[in-house]
Amino acid sequence: MHNISIQELEAIRDKMAPHINFRHEEMIGKMDDNYRIHVCVCGGTGCTSSGSETLIKVLNEELEKNGLTDQVQIVKTGCFGLCALGPIMIVHPEGSFYSRVTPEMIPEIVKEHLVGGKPVTKYLYKETVTENGTIGYDQTHFYAKQNRVALRNCGRISPEKIDEYIGTNGYFALKKVLTEMKPEDVIQVLLDSGLRGRGGAGFPTGLKWKFARAYDNDQKYVCCNADEGDPGAFMDRSVLEGDPHVVLEAMTIAGYTIGASQGYIYVRAEYPIAVKRLQIAIEQAHEYGLLGDNILGTGFKFDIGLRLGAGAFVCGEETALMTSIEGNRGEPRPRPPFPAEKGLFQKPSILNNVETWANIPQIILKGAAWFASMGTEKSKGTKVFALGGKINNTGLVEIPMGTTLREVIEEIGGGIPNGKKFKAAQTGGPSGGCIPAEHFDVPIDYDNLIAIGSMMGSGGLIVMDEDNCMVDIAKFFLQFTVDESCGKCTPCRIGTKRLLEMLERITKGQGKLEDLDKMEELCYYIKANALCGLGQTAPNPVLSTLRYFRDEYIAHVVDKRCPAGVCKDLLKFVVDKEKCVGCGLCMRNCPAGAITRTEYVAPGHKLASVEIDPDKCVKCGVCMGNCKFKAISKQ
Amino acid sequence: MDELRPVTTICYYDLGGKLHQMACKVTTVPFRGTKEQEEKLLAVIAELRDTPGALMPIMQRAQDIYGYLPIEVQTIIADQMNVPLEKIYGIATFYAQFALAPKGEYRISVCLGTACYVKGSQPVYDKISELLGIKEGECTPDGKFSLESCRCVGACGLAPVMMINDDVYGRLVPDMIPDILKKYE
Amino acid sequence: MEQYTVKINGIEVTAPKGTTVLEAARMAGVTIPTLCYLKDINAIGACRICVVEVKGARGLCAACVYPIAPNMEVFTHTPRVVAYRKKTLELILSDHNCSCLSCVRSGNCELQALCKEYGVENEDAYAGAKNPSELDESAVHMVRDNSKCILCRRCVAACEKNQGIGVIGANERGFKTKICSAFEMDLADTSCVSCGQCIAVCPTGALYEKSNIDDIFAAIADPDKYVVVQTAPAVRAGLAEEFGKPIGTNAQGKMAAALRRLGFDKVFDTNFGADLTIMEEANEFLDRVQNGGKLPLITSCSPGWVKYCEHYYPEFTENLSSCKSPQQMQGAITKSYFAEKMGIDPKKIVSVSVMPCTAKKFEIGRDNQSGAGLPDMDYTMTTRELARMIKRAGIRWDDLPEEDFDHPLGEGTGAAVIFGATGGVMEAALRTAVEKLTGETLPRPDFVEVRGTDAIKEATYHVAGMDVNICVTSGLANAAKVLDMVKSGEKNYHFIEVMACPGGCVNGGGQPQVHASVRNFTDIRAERAKVLYSLDEANTIRKSHENPEIIELYDKFLGKPGSHKAHELLHTTYVKRVVNKKF
Repeated sequence: MHNISIQELEAIRDKMAPHINFRHEEMIGKMDDNYRIHVCVCGGTGCTSSGSETLIKVLNEELEKNGLTDQVQIVKTGCFGLCALGPIMIVHPEGSFYSRVTPEMIPEIVKEHLVGGKPVTKYLYKETVTENGTIGYDQTHFYAKQNRVALRNCGRISPEKIDEYIGTNGYFALKKVLTEMKPEDVIQVLLDSGLRGRGGAGFPTGLKWKFARAYDNDQKYVCCNADEGDPGAFMDRSVLEGDPHVVLEAMTIAGYTIGASQGYIYVRAEYPIAVKRLQIAIEQAHEYGLLGDNILGTGFKFDIGLRLGAGAFVCGEETALMTSIEGNRGEPRPRPPFPAEKGLFQKPSILNNVETWANIPQIILKGAAWFASMGTEKSKGTKVFALGGKINNTGLVEIPMGTTLREVIEEIGGGIPNGKKFKAAQTGGPSGGCIPAEHFDVPIDYDNLIAIGSMMGSGGLIVMDEDNCMVDIAKFFLQFTVDESCGKCTPCRIGTKRLLEMLERITKGQGKLEDLDKMEELCYYIKANALCGLGQTAPNPVLSTLRYFRDEYIAHVVDKRCPAGVCKDLLKFVVDKEKCVGCGLCMRNCPAGAITRTEYVAPGHKLASVEIDPDKCVKCGVCMGNCKFKAISKQ
Repeated sequence: MDELRPVTTICYYDLGGKLHQMACKVTTVPFRGTKEQEEKLLAVIAELRDTPGALMPIMQRAQDIYGYLPIEVQTIIADQMNVPLEKIYGIATFYAQFALAPKGEYRISVCLGTACYVKGSQPVYDKISELLGIKEGECTPDGKFSLESCRCVGACGLAPVMMINDDVYGRLVPDMIPDILKKYE
Repeated sequence: MEQYTVKINGIEVTAPKGTTVLEAARMAGVTIPTLCYLKDINAIGACRICVVEVKGARGLCAACVYPIAPNMEVFTHTPRVVAYRKKTLELILSDHNCSCLSCVRSGNCELQALCKEYGVENEDAYAGAKNPSELDESAVHMVRDNSKCILCRRCVAACEKNQGIGVIGANERGFKTKICSAFEMDLADTSCVSCGQCIAVCPTGALYEKSNIDDIFAAIADPDKYVVVQTAPAVRAGLAEEFGKPIGTNAQGKMAAALRRLGFDKVFDTNFGADLTIMEEANEFLDRVQNGGKLPLITSCSPGWVKYCEHYYPEFTENLSSCKSPQQMQGAITKSYFAEKMGIDPKKIVSVSVMPCTAKKFEIGRDNQSGAGLPDMDYTMTTRELARMIKRAGIRWDDLPEEDFDHPLGEGTGAAVIFGATGGVMEAALRTAVEKLTGETLPRPDFVEVRGTDAIKEATYHVAGMDVNICVTSGLANAAKVLDMVKSGEKNYHFIEVMACPGGCVNGGGQPQVHASVRNFTDIRAERAKVLYSLDEANTIRKSHENPEIIELYDKFLGKPGSHKAHELLHTTYVKRVVNKKF
């Protein structure tokens, strides 16, 4: 293949655009020239895990049987976001939203819907079935409030076909930059847009590029942080799986802007689908000459290499990531010198995370003002969150900055399952904090989250209900940090370990009231003294829970009680002798032989009952689960 | 805490005729590397040696070839790349992905990431550990199963999740475990 | 160079761009404590003891790596900073074996000193789980005790960066991070060359030499033993530091007096052995040049270097001079010539040396180091061990007189005493070789081109119609560079001097440990070397071949350099080793 020219690029777009636009929500109901129907099946990790590959196989077979192969196109897309309902299948032009699809449903859907033109309502996501017929997926609560910029192509295009990306104006931002803009112009647009890094700290992207551009060097590097490590966050993975070319295009733009000819994408090896799609994308970009020498005939040269992470959370820290690409233990380096001056291989470098990259081509094409029109005063644009935990609609959502937690959890997220009460939302992963209900109406942006003791982080949003113990949650995050600390600096290596030990003592009922102050003091020490961002933010989960849920700590420390009933050492299983009939089911199921039968003398008559020996009890909860009379409870 | 449990194994090596006892982290499982594997590794090294930062990619490919990175394999890399063996060992023990001991035929990894944890993946993990009688990073004596915890496989919608080799099991409760394991016996 | 003016605790300091806050503070008369920082090789900002407040900066900044910027305002000892430093120390202690009373470094421990300075009252302030650790006593020269390790990684930097070896490093991660060899194998099973540079830079008692003091005291106390001692050139340039004297104090006279008071039967000077080495080595060099022998000839006095060459450059072992080191030559002559002369049964002689070196403990156990049919040497101790012996024997350093060595093995020339500094062996050899080649007397015996602490020094001398290309290097990473250049043909040397330790023996692994707070601001190599060069300057005899005791030795015993007898007693062989053992 030769390097395609700008004219050829335009030709591909013009050919593909109507085809792709067919799947846009504003196009619902319109017709495509090539195929009557597009069936988009999610090929992201979530839906692949729940069997979407098999669905595609069965779909193909059924289309064949019904002679529909030239009328219906199956598109294996990236993530739609609503992973809880996976595997997801969307049928255009109606935008019909089939959820939790199984292979058994396919023949019926093909027959009734694809042939007969009538959506099979019983398999549709229940919210899309109304009294007045069905609605498109875009009108559901989950999607209606979203504004998909970074995720715009996820679920729309086939990530393994570069032409589909070009059909969405893909690589036209690069074309614009290479043919119409000076590097300074690009930086100015980014500065004007107000785009801040989506990886955690929120540093202005334009400023980062400006610094790197200012250093003279024959070799500079552009790096992409795809080592998404926050447990529960998977927006970067979704972009890479659903729209890998956007990252390549944006990195190439950065290469032109700062004067670099080489880029690296550092991606988690735990994301095999993302890695594969990136490899395909890089290969295709090479075939079109959109990577390599003389891109689009402009003489500009840029290439991208893939580097796989190997399971170290700290490598999400920029200097650690660079140390890792260099082939070392991923230990952070002190800053200054900042990467803009001495980064990868000691050369001026920039590092942005996947979601940041995904915003850039749109900003170039639509202008800084468009982007800056979204969001709050200091946080522009949108942010992708991974909703997880005790929430009905687990999945990915992209919302304008400034949306409130209430809107995200109650409207988009569909609230808490099983009628439980909301207790806290955790943002920012192990670097963030727990936000209580009292801050439900705070508009989410970088600065507000920091003000309430959490942080944006990469966008994990874990919801907790009344059954979660906040001390246990703090302990969970500390355990994570202790496991993932690189071990280089004293405050993080030993400090977080000691912090964890204090939390362990508290959850075992061995804590003292003065420990809380000592813990707080140690937290502030670690924040001020640790070498890198991982250590400096590690105490946040402890500090924020101490701030908002101190009463729970006090319950553990003073009353030796875990209000949420999570901390095993503080639990006691008790038998309500009024309810117990002495059937003995619990006795037979107790793995520890801790239950014995006794007699219970009620006023007037004797009843059979059981007793639990607290010394033998291992607090597994089996007795409680098995009791048909709800006679056993935990305290 | 089991992270502080002594992990020292006593190994015997024949060094220049005398039997030498050393307290070290060399796995007790005998090395069964083949000539073909070594040739593959040498080819990988030849291909990558001049790429900047080649050591990690080489180690990753070596682990693909052998399944783990025993001292024999690390020594080949050290000698070929002319870097200290210790540097390679330092990298291998830094990253969770590298294994010094072989994995089981079926590798079970249970997600203990936040989303799965709050939905109860710890009891699932404990159940497997109890049923197989192995702890983190260990392999059953018959070489059938090995167990490890992992951080977020990105299938949070299915939480709690575990993987057995490439099979994903979601929405787990401990009671489902015996039946799942049976499928592999 | 751009100059920046900054304020350190309100005091204005002007320093060039690139100066660290630590250095600028020093200029303002302020010491900021350090633990992990070692100038040039370990600027990693890991221990966090050097944190300071920089106006406008987000958290605290590590002074050791934080560069100054124009108009920066730094506060080095605010109550907050001091409290945090104390906390850092308390945390370090929580994973430290605090049995200070029985620790070899007690009184000289950098951690202990800082704890005292910062008023740490409770080593259990953050009591918790400690990392399990075992002693590694496998190596002949040293012990590694990870329970005292504070993970500053200075040893790792010395091993990897200065010596280019890297047999120890940081492994695992997080709280479990530990410094050890690959697969936690014994140090003895690695390609460790025994140089002891790790010990020299260790701030605590985690690394120390295997001590022979008790054996030596026992030998002295044994009436059937005749115990002789020899002291290497560099020992006299360092020993006084152990008694609180400034770096660069000459201890030669007091040292001889102290050894005598310790009860050694004879107090000899390794300088004699050094002169003897020059006689043999100069002869070997001339022989190789004139008879087409293997060139370049490379010195073999440094046992750390020899072991390094065997592991890493086995193809160069034939280039190594077959001469034993001065210590071993002196030992062989003690048990032959000296025993014969004095009529002592050599089996009764216990030959002890005091060396600035830990690799000597390895060297005495090498093959072909038994010239007189008995081991050339019985015990060797470091400069530090000698200081401990003197202290244990209750000898008051300040009250010691200046005494001379015993004879006949106590005479050394100026050429011999400079063996202790990098370039010294080369210069001594040149003084003899040039005169031998030309048959003329040098007007000035100074070859200043080979002096100084530069990593690699080269010179070409026109001698008797030929160009002699020589090279001097120290620090094994530098040696590797030199050998690679020779290997590739880029350089064509005739004679190379290599010392394992950077700066030569004055900075040996057995020398007094100097706190990083001093090391980072003083070039201890240069200060100690000055002692040796001034001794050379002051000596009336400055060429080895003019040493009267050496002349007598050849006349009465050895015949001439390179004779059969000399070969039997004074030359040795080398082996080829591998870097990584095959299992």
